Amino acid sequence: MDKFEQAFQNKLDNEEKIEPKDWMPEKYRKTLIRQISQHAHSEIVGMLPEGNWITRAPSMRRKIGLLAKVQDEAGHGLYLYSAAETLGIDRAELFDQLHSGIAKYSSIFNYPTISWSDIGAIGWLVDGAAIMNQVMLTRASYGPYARAMVRICKEESFHQRQGYEMMVSLANGTEEQKEMAQDSLNRWWWPSLMMFGPSNAESTHSAQSMAWKIKRKSNDDLRQQFVDVTVPQAEYLGLKIPDDKLKWNEERGHYDFGEINWDEFWEVVKGNGPCNKERLETRVKAHENGAWVREAAMAYSEKLNTAVNHK
Amino acid sequence: MLKQKISAYSILLGDQSLILGQRLGELCGHGPILEVDIAMTNIALDLLGQARLYYQLAAELSDTYEDEDQIAFLRREKDYNNCVLVEMPNGDFGDTIVRQYLFDVYHLMFLNQLKESNEKRLKAIAEKSIKEVRYHLNFSGDWILRLGKGTEVSNQKIQKAVDTLWPYTKELVQSSELETEMHGFGIAPNLADLEDEYYRQVKSKFAEAEIKLPEDKWSQIQGKKGLHSEHFGYLLSDLQYLQRSYPNSKW
Repeated sequence: MDKFEQAFQNKLDNEEKIEPKDWMPEKYRKTLIRQISQHAHSEIVGMLPEGNWITRAPSMRRKIGLLAKVQDEAGHGLYLYSAAETLGIDRAELFDQLHSGIAKYSSIFNYPTISWSDIGAIGWLVDGAAIMNQVMLTRASYGPYARAMVRICKEESFHQRQGYEMMVSLANGTEEQKEMAQDSLNRWWWPSLMMFGPSNAESTHSAQSMAWKIKRKSNDDLRQQFVDVTVPQAEYLGLKIPDDKLKWNEERGHYDFGEINWDEFWEVVKGNGPCNKERLETRVKAHENGAWVREAAMAYSEKLNTAVNHK
Repeated sequence: MLKQKISAYSILLGDQSLILGQRLGELCGHGPILEVDIAMTNIALDLLGQARLYYQLAAELSDTYEDEDQIAFLRREKDYNNCVLVEMPNGDFGDTIVRQYLFDVYHLMFLNQLKESNEKRLKAIAEKSIKEVRYHLNFSGDWILRLGKGTEVSNQKIQKAVDTLWPYTKELVQSSELETEMHGFGIAPNLADLEDEYYRQVKSKFAEAEIKLPEDKWSQIQGKKGLHSEHFGYLLSDLQYLQRSYPNSKW
């Protein structure tokens, strides 16, 4: 171990943050770029399924709440792209990786939002699951990432409560609304559990990320934590979680739950989910349609600079 | 009686904001640049927030409507009194930004007058909204310059948008019967007073942006009388979908 590596390791051991100008192993840098950009892409792609209901939100209050929420996701994307840029890559390159399909984003956003209650279910379950992961990341060893996550977590936890509150309204509403809410839970439950990623044994990056203190808890532990927190919330709503094997285990002090369909998980990761193509095409289209706007903005700013230099 | 008219007037003002906010809401997640996406969503949020204030006041005064949502979601097409400009489709970013700019210039001038209204609650809404709309105008005005003077392509796109949307500006500065009556009570500005200044500002910006103004032509656009474009029905189908499909539900 050379002295740079030693200094890096000492910082990790002492729970000090690694900062952009510090020496870091190339693999640590690459892992972070991959993870942070994946996270940023997830925020940006994640705007689409929820954005699908902005024009159809059922009340003024809900419309504004949803619009503000989707805007927050754009803001999260922005902090995260900026955090990634501190590692020596720029946003345009990250976008290219997303648009060409090299970079991944969270598979959950490849499921469709086909009813209004899906918006509630996403807030409650998807944001709920995301928070489990993200709270852990506020303690990640890389400073800019950890700090971005602090702010993101505050907003996500608001989104989660907003989503749950929507579910409360629906669960206490008409028969049709209750049915709508149950249907959303049925469709979003398992994909939400998949969000934590494969089991520890199957997860390629987990062990190294934990050693580097980027990740602090295992996928399975986080998933269990999510189930334990969410089951009573579903009970309060009077909705049934679609898992016959779900049962409190007194001995473990946790809920037992059924087997996740990992075939489905890997198929969606591979690009065969219900909306993979659509989501990517929408992003590519927005980017391509915006090209002339970005070019014009650059050209105008160059003209202004030239004008200033001539004065 | 006057109460009902103030209510109707407040609805008309709310409609402008709601419909433009609804249009901008369609774009969230599809912007040309992430920062622009966020900024445009901010504008949408401001407008929807203003619509709520107008509708809440209208509902309070109204014998017909119980709350803001009944006003926003459960009227018939011809009962919406927004100018046609704000319901025009987003088109490309050039169309969106020209529509925004043409409305923002009017909107700020209008609010500056409305804040002199002797109807205290409208005055208060105007005072709050001015701060927001000043920013909207900065944003859209800057983009008019950027795109007008940026590249040949962007100049052409803005030019095309201006050519299309120009006839819709007239309605902004022409009072409907209701507005004229409200002006008589010292509640609403006289829109005709805004006309010269409106066109002066717009023309000067477009000249700076190297955009040619179309000839003034005869125009018979009357959104404020409930006569809308063919686009409007589709906008309402989205807007009203859940309220119409699941009547008497709480959300």
